[in-house]
Amino acid sequence: MNDKCRINPINPHGKSIIQGMAALYLALVMACLSSVSSFAQQASPSTITDDQVNAVAKQLYCPVCENTPLDVCPTQACAQWRDLIRLKLSEGWTSQQIKTYFVQQYGDRVLAAPPARGLNLLVYIIPPVTILAGAFILFRALRAWKQPAEVAASYNMLIPQDFAQPSSTEQAASAANAVPSQDRYLARLEEELRKSDQ
Amino acid sequence: MIANLGFGALVISFLVSVYGAGAAVYGARKNAPTFVDSARGAMLLTFPLLTISAFSIIYLLATQHYEIAYVSSVTSNSMPLYLKITALWGGQAGSLILWSWLMSAFASAATLRNWDRDREFLPWVIVVSLVTLAFFVGMSIALENPFARLWQTFSGEVITRFLQPAGAIAFIPRDGNGLNPLLRHPGMVAHPPLLYLGFVSFVIPYAFAMAALITGRTDDRWIRLTRRWTVIAWLFLSLGLILGMWWAYDVLGWGGYWGWDPVEIAALMPWLTGTAFLHSVMIQEKRGMLKQWNMVLIILTYDLVIFGTFLTRSGVLSSVHAFSQSAIGPVFFAFIGATLIASLSLLLRRWNDLKAEAQLASWFSREALFLINNLLFVGIFVVCLWGVIFPLISELVTGQKMTVGPAFYEPATGPLWVALVFLMGICPLSAWQLSTYRTIGRAAWKPALASLIVPIALLIAGIRQPGALLGFWVIAYAAFLSLYQLFREALARYRAHNDNLLISMWRLIGRNRRRYGGLIIHVSVILMALGVIGIELFQTETQGTIAPGQQLTLGSYRIKFDSLATFDTPDGGLNVARAVVSIYKNNAGNPVPQLIGTVYPRRDYYYESQQPMTIPGVYSSISGDDIYVVLVDWQSITSQGATFKIYSNPLVNWMWLGGLVLLLGSLIAAWPAKDPDATALARRAALSRREA
Repeated sequence: MNDKCRINPINPHGKSIIQGMAALYLALVMACLSSVSSFAQQASPSTITDDQVNAVAKQLYCPVCENTPLDVCPTQACAQWRDLIRLKLSEGWTSQQIKTYFVQQYGDRVLAAPPARGLNLLVYIIPPVTILAGAFILFRALRAWKQPAEVAASYNMLIPQDFAQPSSTEQAASAANAVPSQDRYLARLEEELRKSDQ
Repeated sequence: MIANLGFGALVISFLVSVYGAGAAVYGARKNAPTFVDSARGAMLLTFPLLTISAFSIIYLLATQHYEIAYVSSVTSNSMPLYLKITALWGGQAGSLILWSWLMSAFASAATLRNWDRDREFLPWVIVVSLVTLAFFVGMSIALENPFARLWQTFSGEVITRFLQPAGAIAFIPRDGNGLNPLLRHPGMVAHPPLLYLGFVSFVIPYAFAMAALITGRTDDRWIRLTRRWTVIAWLFLSLGLILGMWWAYDVLGWGGYWGWDPVEIAALMPWLTGTAFLHSVMIQEKRGMLKQWNMVLIILTYDLVIFGTFLTRSGVLSSVHAFSQSAIGPVFFAFIGATLIASLSLLLRRWNDLKAEAQLASWFSREALFLINNLLFVGIFVVCLWGVIFPLISELVTGQKMTVGPAFYEPATGPLWVALVFLMGICPLSAWQLSTYRTIGRAAWKPALASLIVPIALLIAGIRQPGALLGFWVIAYAAFLSLYQLFREALARYRAHNDNLLISMWRLIGRNRRRYGGLIIHVSVILMALGVIGIELFQTETQGTIAPGQQLTLGSYRIKFDSLATFDTPDGGLNVARAVVSIYKNNAGNPVPQLIGTVYPRRDYYYESQQPMTIPGVYSSISGDDIYVVLVDWQSITSQGATFKIYSNPLVNWMWLGGLVLLLGSLIAAWPAKDPDATALARRAALSRREA
């Protein structure tokens, strides 16, 4: 179905045409359901609170609108779907059963995220694999860029002694122990400020 | 008449763009400066031409020329003037004109700069800008003409054409369809232009990058030249996103500001790669590394800008089948493909010129940390891109549409966001090439230790959620580190000069605007992170149907339904149901709840578009918490009951405050410094004078 409850703010001219039909269809479904469920009535729908209904509706998406959670969708059709949830809850259905029911009726798109099976597995596999591959490439690149000792030694001769680059991490650490480099940074900052304001 | 003028200007600007691009290529290839100057003239001419075009539409919108299809689709008699004007971006055709108009403004501004020192870039910057512009203007002319008129054919059918079809007569509706009610909001007045400004301004650094690749001047010159453009583009994109969030919070009645909707993600993706770019260019400037990667990032950002426009314009999001039905989708797709292939082949051609000049000194140097930052931003981008594309693939393969919502994005990106905030605390402490884990540890341990106070205090206050404790700790730690640096450095200056501490800080910021502007932006991100935690982890809600005088309870708040009135607005455009709701708060030690405010949640029903709008009533407290009341339903006057949904949104206002601080930080970072070359010359001159 291609109609929308919440009209896309940037493409606002997709008018909903099927909403009325959907509501009609829903009324029929509800009529059938209520006749079946009258056998297994466990509680009156009025004892189910709105919060209980919303707790389930929150996990579902409006079957006809795009990307609109069922608990906040303002259309009549969605209000009726929430009533359907209320009815199901009053019959003792669990939240999981109601979700399964909605999936059977309207397809996987009513779920907030694709169920992890079949093609959908790609949703959950591709991002972590890509990120891990990126992390691996980055690690390799960093290691390749890591300064070899001899280059560092020659580099040291080019820069002032105060900021001489130790040739390995160990030496860097020991150098840092000897002169706290942050203090050194502050000293340099103060020095520069003094100079520039003279 | 005006429509013809506007359309004529549009066609001329297309021709001028195509000519300018050709002249620039010819001038650069044959080394003919007259042609380059002519191309520059063409570039500058597009702006007044598109201004004529845009103002023609605005005039038609404001004066209710309903014979124009676009005007009748987005305006109506009952709309106030300011909404008629902003209807320029209320629909497809107008939005594309706005895009082109802003694009020509930015590209012209870039063309007007002083090019003496980098003249070889000029023709290629013009080519890239004009090709992009010609694409958008061409699309407006051929596929989405905002000046097309309505005609009634002999058979009575109403069709849309620019020129009068044979046998058809003009069709002039007496009233228009009106703007989508969701767009009638101050946030929507500013959100699309700002977002588009962000989009188009990222074209400028991309154009310079391509110019650098084409001319082979692959040093960091192009980055230095576009540094401020990038910050400004980033600022506009950020503000566009924040205003969009504010609009969603204020209009949709969903209780939140971000729903991980594909339209939102379309605008977030270029922001993610753009932010990564903003950081990684510094590595190239300081260390001569990552040249290839920066090219990849800016190419990606440019194509994501076009892709974002494509996603929201082609209808592909509602269904992949809408994509093939509209002509605009395939054209966009082809353009994205062509620019991506062209840019990447240019990059490959210069790959070896872009080898790193320096090597990595330490795993904890700033360049290494920035690379991790890039990995995280790109990681979030991959999650977003895949989340947006997957439903399309699924629909193509299985025919079934999928929803990829917060249930996917939040767990997938959450840890990456937390890691980013964590990194944000350390990064500014690290030094280029030098820092090791010991130097960073030494600089960071005091504020890091102090930040532990926050989770401990929260534990004592009774908060037990591990996610919340971790989140608040990371935020506190990043905040303490950022502020510690700012104050420590200001203090150092204060000691050196003995003037006022505030003046010291002000001067310090002035000395290195980029660094301190960046630090202030970091603080703004911390503030926004508070808003995110508030909504994500502490939002509570309840819903109930109550009669006037009755109350609903949510936490320490009580919400009393006072009255409800339904009425038509004087212009007859909409029917309003407006409730009056008082909010009380239970205070410790006081048995009587105290009245803290009154809100007016509404349901507006627009007759012309037959669309309901849920406008929440929001009470904001000083601590940044919101009580957000939505009128869900109401019964007839006789039974007098109404259903309210109430959200308590702790800390949410820190989000908007963070937005303001972000604006401040970006302005500081982008504020024009004196020409760096001129400053260097002046300094040298002063030195030589002193020596003399």
